[in-house]
Amino acid sequence: MSIAVALNILTIVAVSGGAFFFLAGTVGLLRFPDTLTRLHALTKADNVGLGLIMIGLLPRVAWPFDALKLIVVWVLVLVASAVSSQLIGRKLWRGGDGS
Amino acid sequence: MRDILFCGAGFVLAMVALGLIRILRGPAAADRMMAAQLLGTGGIAVLLLAAGGGLAAAVDVALTLALLAAFAAVAFVKSGTPPKLDKSPTGEKG
Amino acid sequence: MTIGVGFSIALGLLILAVAVFTIGTRDSFAAVVAFVVYGLLLSLGWMNLYCPDVALTEAAVGGGVTGALLLNACARVRSEKTSDFKKSPRWIGRGMAGLLCLALSSGLVAVVILLPNPAPTLAPEATRSLSATGLGNPVTAVLMAYRALDTMLEKVVLLLALVGVWSLASDRFWGGRATFGHLPEPDRPLIFLTRVLAPVGIIAGIYLFWVGADAPGGAFAGGAILSAIWILVFFAGLSVVPAVGSLGLRIVLSVGIIIFLAAGVAGISMAAGFLAYPAGFAKPIIVVIEVAMTLSIGATLGLLVAGPPGESLKP
Repeated sequence: MSIAVALNILTIVAVSGGAFFFLAGTVGLLRFPDTLTRLHALTKADNVGLGLIMIGLLPRVAWPFDALKLIVVWVLVLVASAVSSQLIGRKLWRGGDGS
Repeated sequence: MRDILFCGAGFVLAMVALGLIRILRGPAAADRMMAAQLLGTGGIAVLLLAAGGGLAAAVDVALTLALLAAFAAVAFVKSGTPPKLDKSPTGEKG
Repeated sequence: MTIGVGFSIALGLLILAVAVFTIGTRDSFAAVVAFVVYGLLLSLGWMNLYCPDVALTEAAVGGGVTGALLLNACARVRSEKTSDFKKSPRWIGRGMAGLLCLALSSGLVAVVILLPNPAPTLAPEATRSLSATGLGNPVTAVLMAYRALDTMLEKVVLLLALVGVWSLASDRFWGGRATFGHLPEPDRPLIFLTRVLAPVGIIAGIYLFWVGADAPGGAFAGGAILSAIWILVFFAGLSVVPAVGSLGLRIVLSVGIIIFLAAGVAGISMAAGFLAYPAGFAKPIIVVIEVAMTLSIGATLGLLVAGPPGESLKP
């Protein structure tokens, strides 16, 4: 089995896994009863899904700079999602919830 | 391979659309603030999978999207409630 | 129907649905959130049409900066407590608006569908002259070499918009600092996020501006990202909005246009005419102009979001 075929299989498997996590996140978003739980589902599941999709796309980008850029984008999204979910959750928790 | 990735892009786009229906309908402002996060992760996934202008350009646009989704989330949280509540030490309205 | 076409149609329908929601909803905050979503989805649409430069600018300006601008406007309107905003336009007004939108959309669709095939285009000539400018990206060549006059006038319009926003201040606050309509409370997670995002954002902005010579990017996208980082720093309370009257700020705001004009006037004596570049020197001049413009655009967009000078935050 050549490297190219192995990388293609990695891409397909990783992207499918990522899509599954996106599905799980969306199901959670639609079905959970409370805003806080929906936030939890959205943040955790979608970020893992994005990470898996990026792992799947790593073999297809030019190496090394584009692959490094891709990883930087992922770390950025992780940090930003973590902090913004904190901010939203804290605003909800303190009851400063305008409508 | 391109077609498989396009299928993946279409699937994630459908997930983003379903999520948007729920988020934009949410009665409270806090529900809507999550739109930035949904677009930040799902939008970047769709972008990279569809990779219209070539994957190299798509990575640059993904970087921009990531930064701006974070910025939009902060902007939403800071403006989500009316600017005057009893939390602030002075009574300015600005 | 191939998968690619199906994907494009699905994306287009989603953009349309979000746009309809933005117009139809009653809550102004929901409308602004939907507008930002619309901007980010639109940038995906541009990527689908193989326009990465437009996608970059749409994401940076339409998604981020305009969204922050509208949120500020929302917050100010909500704190005004006037009852005029409860009145909605009457049916005849709405009907006229709908008819005009329909006419405009049909016109655009007709133009696109009725174009001869292949459509007339200047793209081959534009790429043929690229070597004379020293650039690799035809979009940047159009913006900075073939139609530099348009680009310069756009920046003038941007500066005029900023002056317009500043003119909304009452006389006693002129020269003071802008407020955002809400207090930046000391906020640990936000400060952490800013400390992480700011260096990455500054590097990303400079990188996008630099790489715009040969790949999608350019001064506007870079400047918009820099302005987003600056606004984030304001939100976190880590820095104060500079006063409107400060000379340093005014210099930074106008340096882009000043250098552009200087290059243009120099072109009269050294090359064929206004804004013509002497042969062989095109790329260095363009780079200098773009550096100045990135600074000015970043500062202008950031101050546009900050708004007119108002009451000071400390009593």
